[in-house]
Amino acid sequence: MKKLLFVCVIALTTVAVAGCGKKSTTRAGGEASASTQAGSAGSGAQGGGAFGAGSGTGFAAGSLDDPNSPLSQRRVYFGLDRYDVGEEYRSLVEAHAGYLRSSPSAAVTLEGHTDERGSREYNIALGERRSNAVRDLLIALGASATQITTVSYGEEKPAADCHDESCWSQNRRVEIVYTAR
Amino acid sequence: MRVDLRWLSLLLLVLAGAARADLRIEITQGAAQTIPIAVIPYANDGGPDALHAVIGADLARSGQFRVIPDDQMLSRPSEASQVDFRDWKLVMAQYLAIGRLYPSADGSFSAEFELFNVASGERMTGARFNGVAPASKRRLAHHIADLIYEAITGVRGVFGTQISYVTQVGSSYELQVADADGHSPTTVLRSQEPILSPTWSADGRFLAYATYANRRAVVFRQSVATGARQQVSAFPGLNGAPALSPDGSRMALVLSKDGSPDIYVMDLAGGPPRRLTRHYAIDTEPAWSPDGRYIYFTSDRSGGPQIYRVPASGGAEERVTFDGNYNARPALSPDGRQLAVVHGAGGRGYRIAVLDLASRRLSVLTDGPLDESPSFAPNGQAIIYTAKTGGAEALATVSIDGAVRQRLGISQAKVREPAWSPFSAGP
Repeated sequence: MKKLLFVCVIALTTVAVAGCGKKSTTRAGGEASASTQAGSAGSGAQGGGAFGAGSGTGFAAGSLDDPNSPLSQRRVYFGLDRYDVGEEYRSLVEAHAGYLRSSPSAAVTLEGHTDERGSREYNIALGERRSNAVRDLLIALGASATQITTVSYGEEKPAADCHDESCWSQNRRVEIVYTAR
Repeated sequence: MRVDLRWLSLLLLVLAGAARADLRIEITQGAAQTIPIAVIPYANDGGPDALHAVIGADLARSGQFRVIPDDQMLSRPSEASQVDFRDWKLVMAQYLAIGRLYPSADGSFSAEFELFNVASGERMTGARFNGVAPASKRRLAHHIADLIYEAITGVRGVFGTQISYVTQVGSSYELQVADADGHSPTTVLRSQEPILSPTWSADGRFLAYATYANRRAVVFRQSVATGARQQVSAFPGLNGAPALSPDGSRMALVLSKDGSPDIYVMDLAGGPPRRLTRHYAIDTEPAWSPDGRYIYFTSDRSGGPQIYRVPASGGAEERVTFDGNYNARPALSPDGRQLAVVHGAGGRGYRIAVLDLASRRLSVLTDGPLDESPSFAPNGQAIIYTAKTGGAEALATVSIDGAVRQRLGISQAKVREPAWSPFSAGP
C-alpha cells in the first residue's frame, strides 16, 4: 500500500488550502484543527495529514461545520487540462476520507468543474475526470465507494466570474459536497 | 404548390411558455458583391409585419443582397401589368419582387407574389397562398423570401427555418426556439440547471439535450410542438452530447458508465446502449454523417482533443483532424463533405474552422477569442455558433466562405449552444 504521509509542501501561496503532513504529527483530529486554517499558506507545520493514515480515529460531531477543521476545505484545484490531484491536496482529501471512514452513513457528491475554455462537452468529460480522480483517492484512503457519487458540470458553474487565469484557476476544481453526514 | 405554413401556425399556437425578448441581429460583415433587389410594398398590406419589409430584411440579412430603400422607388407596382422596368433600371435594381394581399372576411388572407429579372423583363417565379392566418404572416414572408433567394442564387433559402439555443440569466436557464431572424422566440424548457447540447431531430419535431436532475446528468428528448419529454438516458456518470441519427431511430451520446467517457448508440425504441468506442481517453461529442454511416467524435487519445470517426455500426476508428493541437465539437455539413470544428489557434483562442473532408484543407472562419458550438444551416451556406467575449455570450453566424457575418444577441442574457433546425418539420 502506498505511503499515506506525504512530503510537506510549504510554498503554497495561491490556494487557500495548505494541508501539510509532518511525519511526526500524531493522528489526533484536535491538533489539526488548531493548526489548519484557510489561507494560512506558508505556515508550514500543519496537521492536515494527520487524518489520512488513520486507524479509525473519529471526528467529533460537528467537525464538518468547524471552520478550523480541515474538513471545512472542500475544493481541490487543478492545472490546465490536468486531472491529477496535486500533492498539496492530499491532506485535504485524507481528511475527508477519514471522516467518511469514521461516519459510514456520510455521503458526498464530488462536483467536477473546468474553466470556460474549449468545447462545453469536452469540458464536461474533463470535469468528470477530475471528480473521478478525487473519488479514486478517497477510496484508496479508505472511504467506501458507496459513499461517493460524482457529477461533472464542466464549465457550466464557475466559482469565479472573470475571464482570465485569475478566475480560470479557481474554476478548475472539484467541490466536495456532503449530501449526508 | 405545397406550403409548410400549416405546421408552423400549429407550432406557434401550441408551444407553451411565454414569449421572450427577440434576438437582436446585426450584420457585422457583408459580402463584397451584393445583389441589388427592389421589394415593393404589397397591395392592401401594411403594419409592422408588412410582407415586403420582412422579405427585404431577410434578403438584406443574408449579406448577399442590397435592398433598394422604399423612398428611392419611382413607382410601386403590385401587378405585372403595372411594372415599367425603366423605373428599376434607373435605381440599379437587378431584380424586382412585387405582390398583393387579398383579405378575407374571416380575418385570414390570401397573397400572391412575383419575381422579375429587371434586365430581361423575365418573370422568374411566383406563387399564390390561400387562407393564411394573421399569426402566420411572418412565416409566409420568410417562405416567399426563401423562394426569391432560391430563384436568384440557385440555393434553397433558410429564412423559414428556426434556431434553438440556450439562454442563461443568473442561474435560470431556458431552451428556446426562434425563427431564423430571431423573432417569435418561445421557451421550450425552463430550468434552474444548465441545459447542454440541444440538437434537432432530422424531421425537426424533437430536440434532444442534456441537463441535470438531483445532481445527476440526464438526457431528454422533447417534442417541440407539445413540450412532452422523455428521459432517454440517466446512467451513472456522464450522460451527454446527444445526437439523433438521420433516420430518427437512434441516438448517439457519451456515457461513462463503463469507466471512461465513450461513444454509445441507443435505439430510441428501447434496449441497452451499444458501446462504439472503448478507450481510456475522453471520447465525446458524437455527430452523425448525414448518410448515417459514420459517427464523428472528439477524443483526446492523442494527448489533446482531435476529431475521429467510427462506423455507426461499429468498427475501426480513424483520426480525421491533424491541424493544430485542439479540434473539438465536430458538426457535419448537410452534404457530408465538410466538418466544422472548434479549432484551438495556439495562444490565440478558439475559433470556428471548416475541414474539407476530401482535400483535408482546414479553413479558419472566425476570429475568436472563445468561439464554440458550430451548427450548419440546413442549406450548408452558413454556420451558427456561440461567440464568447469577456463575460458576454451571443450567437453569431458566418457564411461558409467567411465573407458574411452576423451577431444575434439578447441584452441581459447569455445566449449559447445554437442548433439550426432542418428544413423539413411537421407532424
